[in-house]
Amino acid sequence: MTASLILEQLLNGVQFGVMIFLMAAGLTLVFGVMGLINLAHGSLYMIGAFASAAVAAFTGSFFWGLAASLAAAAAAGVLVEALVMRRLYDRDHLDQVLATFALILIFSEGTRWVFGSFPLYLDIPEVLSGAVPIPGGGQYPVYRLCIIFVGLAVGVLLYWLIHHTRLGIRIRAGENDREMIDALGVNISKLYTAVFAIGAALAGLAGAMVGAIQSVQVGMGEPVLILAFVVIVIGGIGSIRGAFIGSLLVGVTDTMGRFLLPEFFRLFFDPAGATAAGSAIASMAIYLLMAVVLIFRPSGLFGARRVES
Amino acid sequence: MNRELLLNFAIGLGLPLVAGVALLLDEPFVVTLATRVAILGLAGVGLNLALGLGGLVSFGHAVFFGIGGYAVGVLASHAQLYTPVMTWPFEISGSSSMPAIWLVAIVASALAGLLIGALSLRTSGVYFIMITLAFGQMAYYFAISWPAYGGEDGLSIYVRNSFPRLNTLVPFDFFVVAYCVLLCAILLFSRVAISPFGLALNATRQNLARVQSVGIETYRLQLTAFVLSAVITGLAGALYADLNRYVSPSMLSWTISGEIMIFVILGGVGRTWAPVLGAAVFVILEQWLGGVSEYWQIFLGVILLAVVLFARGGLYGMIAGEARHHG
Repeated sequence: MTASLILEQLLNGVQFGVMIFLMAAGLTLVFGVMGLINLAHGSLYMIGAFASAAVAAFTGSFFWGLAASLAAAAAAGVLVEALVMRRLYDRDHLDQVLATFALILIFSEGTRWVFGSFPLYLDIPEVLSGAVPIPGGGQYPVYRLCIIFVGLAVGVLLYWLIHHTRLGIRIRAGENDREMIDALGVNISKLYTAVFAIGAALAGLAGAMVGAIQSVQVGMGEPVLILAFVVIVIGGIGSIRGAFIGSLLVGVTDTMGRFLLPEFFRLFFDPAGATAAGSAIASMAIYLLMAVVLIFRPSGLFGARRVES
Repeated sequence: MNRELLLNFAIGLGLPLVAGVALLLDEPFVVTLATRVAILGLAGVGLNLALGLGGLVSFGHAVFFGIGGYAVGVLASHAQLYTPVMTWPFEISGSSSMPAIWLVAIVASALAGLLIGALSLRTSGVYFIMITLAFGQMAYYFAISWPAYGGEDGLSIYVRNSFPRLNTLVPFDFFVVAYCVLLCAILLFSRVAISPFGLALNATRQNLARVQSVGIETYRLQLTAFVLSAVITGLAGALYADLNRYVSPSMLSWTISGEIMIFVILGGVGRTWAPVLGAAVFVILEQWLGGVSEYWQIFLGVILLAVVLFARGGLYGMIAGEARHHG
């Protein structure tokens, strides 16, 4: 095990983390502002990936695909918000969970209907293929570095959006007291649609970027959705900063756990047993992390210390 | 006699009636479908105890369903190979007797319920939903990556486990077993709902702070309900594994949690027999729509969406009106 291998895994962890962040940021915004738990967020991720794969195959350009993923996911988000979510804001979480679960069924099967059950593949663009040397003598793919960069850029952009723009002021006000800002003349309905579209576009972006690393298939969104939930629980609901730090924690813990734990167990057990035990425990590492955070901070690292009624 | 009671009787008598008529007409597949309804309904009754009475929206009940299933798979596979499950600190040998397996399933799912409940109940509301979901995924990935019991491939149970005096391989006999377990669970649910414990639990759902202020330890109350709920769902999982004679990590997947929740909500949250009605409608839709289109889940999704948006209180709410005790 060399230093460059560890660095490479660490970078993989960060890349995984920023990708989860793109999902978690949208989820946490939607929950923070509208009080809505949206299971169908994973479907928006899937829609982004499929749109990008289809458009990239049609035009031959990865970047057109990327643009299409943003547009398609945002459009799907707006549609879902206007048709379904709007009726759910005043309902309890149970109704929201069930309705968005129903949306997952519709989106997943609908996508299967249109694109078939076989996975699509999205090629990494020529410009971003190849690798760069990293300290310690290893090589690291440029494309993955790009994902990290885009994730960080989105993080900064969201921070700026929320803390330094009028829309951000309204979003924060909406989190605190939606009736009051409604009374002050802000069109809350438009605000909700905007927030939902932003979250959806980020999910679509994540789907499109990951689509070039993994295969694009039905059901790809749900595992990421659940990771985003873990992140939100760790970071605290409604907090972009919490989502960012939580995502990096989860991404690095998961990747490093899968890499290091089998090695670690090899010190004590025979190789086959060590791999089995190591990978089994590594697959639970992030949930254990979540449990530990919960024990000490039940409302997450950056969550407001208020009890939900 | 009010409509809710009538509907209860209709479901409670209708299910064995369907199975009985199917037996006479020699339609074993329909008997198996009725058994499926009874078992999935049982899982729903379990969740309904936490969700309906306690307002604990658990999105991770597949964990207990799967643990029950794996109790069957593990014990039966050891019984087949004549190897002990564990030898330390005490020896547990495999078994192919349903009551013995049920006991193991109950203990295992109670322990899991205690652990998950104790951690998850530190939070509430939407956090609780996400955390139970996350624990469910944790169990799922563990089952996939742990190779000792089949890993991703799951375990086949070559001979359905036995029950004294019955031949469980005969579909109707197995239906009788499943239906009797369901009846016991329904009885337990209806007793719990009107017991002081159940009333206090119901009150925590409506106003936690008030219940706390009269000096009731709500954490222990909710944890007890959660464990009880886990046990019933675990038992359903054990029966389900025996029904399919197969157990795999897919029993632990989050869609199962979602489906169990659908049974409860489609039927009507908090109503005793509602999960059975929900499960029956689900199984019928699955069979019917599955025959119409390969993409039947789209229609299932649309129906569900319509129920949530327009028929509050589920099917029970539509047929029997508002629940008396469910405010």
